[in-house]
Parts: sequence; structure tokens; C-alpha cells
Amino acid sequence: MDLASLLIQLLNGVQYGLLLFLVASGLTLVFGIMGIINLAHGSFYMVGAYMAFVFASATGSLLAGVVLGIGLSVALGMLLEWTLFARLYQRDHLDQVLLTYGLILVLEELRSILVDNDVHGVPVPPMLAGSIPLTANLSYPVYRLFLSGVCLVIGGLMYLLIQRTRLGMMIRAGASNREMVQSLGLNIKLVYRLVFALGVALAAFAGMIAAPVSSVYPGMGTHVLIICLVVVVMGGIGSVRGALLAALLIGIVDTFGRVFLPQAAGVVVYLVMAAVLLWRPEGLFRSI
Amino acid sequence: MSDSLLEARDLHAYYGTSHVLHGVDFRVARGEAVGLMGRNGMGKTTLLRAMLGLVKPRGGRVWVQGTPMTGAEPYRVARRGIAYVPEGRGIFPNLTVRENLVMAARPGLDGRRAWTLDRVMGTFPRLGERLEHGGAQLSGGEQQMLTIGRALMTNPDLLILDEATEGLAPQIAAEIWRIIRDVKGHGIATVIVDKNHAAVTSVTDRNVILVKGRVVFTGDSSSLRADPELLQKHLGV
Repeated sequence: MDLASLLIQLLNGVQYGLLLFLVASGLTLVFGIMGIINLAHGSFYMVGAYMAFVFASATGSLLAGVVLGIGLSVALGMLLEWTLFARLYQRDHLDQVLLTYGLILVLEELRSILVDNDVHGVPVPPMLAGSIPLTANLSYPVYRLFLSGVCLVIGGLMYLLIQRTRLGMMIRAGASNREMVQSLGLNIKLVYRLVFALGVALAAFAGMIAAPVSSVYPGMGTHVLIICLVVVVMGGIGSVRGALLAALLIGIVDTFGRVFLPQAAGVVVYLVMAAVLLWRPEGLFRSI
Repeated sequence: MSDSLLEARDLHAYYGTSHVLHGVDFRVARGEAVGLMGRNGMGKTTLLRAMLGLVKPRGGRVWVQGTPMTGAEPYRVARRGIAYVPEGRGIFPNLTVRENLVMAARPGLDGRRAWTLDRVMGTFPRLGERLEHGGAQLSGGEQQMLTIGRALMTNPDLLILDEATEGLAPQIAAEIWRIIRDVKGHGIATVIVDKNHAAVTSVTDRNVILVKGRVVFTGDSSSLRADPELLQKHLGV
């Protein structure tokens, strides 16, 4: 394999990893701060992808679909937190798993009723449809580079939000002592609702921007959920930095695994997870 | 009622299945310093937590600045000018000293911003030297100063201190007491729970003794000091 092909695989791995990071960061925040195992998190990715498909088909513009989709996913997150998840904070993990698993079934069924059970493609926006030539016969699609860039920008914004803003301080403080945050006159329930809605919106957004690359199909949330749980556990529960590192690692390992060890492609990421957890049982990073 | 900052009447609260508070009446007036005394397990912390909304009372009523707030959300109670320094301090170890202080900053109920980051640093110079340190890197005394400083950043009318000097070296504890007097001197009411009864009564205007979830004594500090038998009987000193 020559250098250009390696570079292409590396870019693919990084892009996949960054996309995983968008989904996993919400999962790890909700897990780390509110203590909730949300199995339905992958379904938000699926919901996002289908919203991109439906809205882009209706309006003819992926951008319009994404803008509309973000608004709706924030609203969906707020609604779900208010009606369902807020009741789960004081419950044990079994109750959380039961409810969020049920939510997977409900969302899949709704997808089946509202859209259909077919596989759909979402066209790449014309402005980003080109390719950058690397060698005489190898090139790299602009949209994938754009995808990585968008993920990096959002990762940077999340870092600023969590590390530099007062809301970020409240989020981190809430992860360590919920009661004390309330005793300082801050509405922790509102903070939780915002964090949950942010997590839903990030997962849905990842689904929307991935739709032109991965196509849109039933059950697409389940695969993402499992791989994101791997990312969260590897990165350290609650750690956004850890999620970034673990997601990049998984993205690159998975991509190169498929190329160099196609027979073992399915297990490579899990072997890496096992190795990381043997080395650091609590994951790469401890807190947010 | 109007000059009452915090008032509880006939408060009943449970800890699990055990009945901890048996109809407690408690009141703090504007600017008043009240000592809350009693041996361990007599219900002092539960009384505070029940008034603050952290424990839902099963009976009785609570008013904060005249507004009924029985079992209200804790953040609503805090926003009505009540700051709480809990036993065990409750600093955020994963935030820096500066972040611990800044996140709490809020004008008082009447809009005043008397306590700012600069003023807290002036009152606690040791915190000013450690602004960028993580909360977990502080010594016990510094952590206590941080919790008190953070409570003051909310510009409260009432500061509740639960075992603020517990486990501190004597000279650090003395500094905390100096700060408590200073805070009182600025017109902020205080409720003080502390095992050092002599120090408590030297600061407080009035004292309440709890025994098994009931108020057995209410009176000013001089009458309490003048009655060593009472202290011996209820507090074992």
C-alpha cells in the first residue's frame, strides 16, 4: 500500500473517529453528570439522519435540513428529559436500561411509521461535492474533509463551553456535587435539561452530517450506540477529552483493521478496548 | 414576621424511617446570629436541611423572608438570600478556586453586589494566592475559607455554617471565627453549628439547643453561659 492510500485511510479513520466523538460526547456527559446509561442515545443519531433525509428531500437543501433538524432535536431532548429522563436520576441502572431500551423500540417504530423501512441516500451538497486529487488516480472527497472540520470546530466549541463559561462550571460542579450546586441558588435541573438536550442535538447532528456519507437505514442507531459505549468506557465515563481521544483511536483502529485484517475487522476495536481497560481500568481520563 | 429571615414552625422530618425532628420551632431575625446546639444525632443538620429544602419535611411550615417555602426547591430557598456552608464543606474539587467562587456569584435579594471576587480575596488572602489551583489541592482550612467565600459571593442575608471549624488546627479555626465575627459585623445574619460552645456563644445573640429533635432551650448567650448545669445536661460539657 502506498503513502497516498495510507493517507486516505488515515483521513477516513480520523473522520469516523471525530463523528463518533460527536455522538459519544453527549453519551458520556449524560452518563458522567446525571449518572444515566442512555441506550437510546444511538437512536438520536438515527433520528438525526432521517431528519436530514426527510428535510433535505423536502427542501432540496441539506443545510436547511440540518438547521431544522437541530432545532427539532433540541426540542426533542428537552421534551424527553422533562417527561422521562428526569424521573430516572434517582433510579438504579436497571430501570434506566429498561426505559431507554424501550425508547429504542419506540423510536424505531416511529421511524417505520413516519418514513419507511427502506435504505435511502442523501446527496452531498453540490458545493462540497468535489474531490481533492492526491495522486494521478487517487483523490479524497471534499465533503469528508468538511465533515472532519465541522466536528473539530464543534469539539472546540464544546471545550470552550465546558472549560470557559459559567454554564460549563455549573456542569462540572454538578458532576461532583449536585446538592451543593442547588444550595448556591443554581437550578441544577435546568442545567441537566440543557446538557441532555445538548447531547441529543450532538448525536442527531452527527447523524445529519453523516447521512450523505453513510446513507440512512433502519437500525443504524444500534451500531453507533455500541461503538459509542466502547468509546465512553475507554475514554473514562464523564470525560469529554477522554471521549475525543478514545473516539479517534477507535476510528483509526477500526478503519485500518478493515484494511489490514479484514478477517478480524469486527473484533479489533474490542481488543483495543480490552487492552486499554487492562492498562487503565477507569478509562483514559477520570473526570470531565 | 416581616423582620424574620428564616422561620420554621412545628417542623417534622424523617431520616429514612426514623423520626428526627419532632415539631421544631426555629427563627432567625434579620442580622441576628443564632447558635444551634446539641449533641451528635440530635437533629441539627436535619433541621437545617429541612429548612433549606434539601430534606422534605413531613409536617410543619417554613418561611424564608416572609415567603412560604415549605419543601421548596433548594435553589429557590438559596435565591431568597440563604447561603449554606455544609458540614464537610462541599467545595467542587474539579473546579479551580476562581471557578468555585465565580460560579456562585450573584447579586443579593435587594440587588446589592457587596461581595465580589476582589472582596472575597481581600477577606481571604490565602485564596487570592491560590486562585488557579484546583479545589482538591487546598488544605482543610483553605477549603473551609473557600466554602465561606463562595457562600458570600451569593450576597446572602443569612449565612448558615454547619461545623465550619471541625477538624481544623486551632489557629486556622481562630481565623475562621474572626471571619465569622467580621461577617456578622457586616449585618449578615448567621446560624452557627459548632462543637466549640464557648466560641459560639461569644458570637451569637441567641442560642437554641436541640435534644432528640425537640427544642429544649432558647435564650441569649449570657443566660446560657450563666447556666453551666444546662450545658452539662444537654451538651455534655
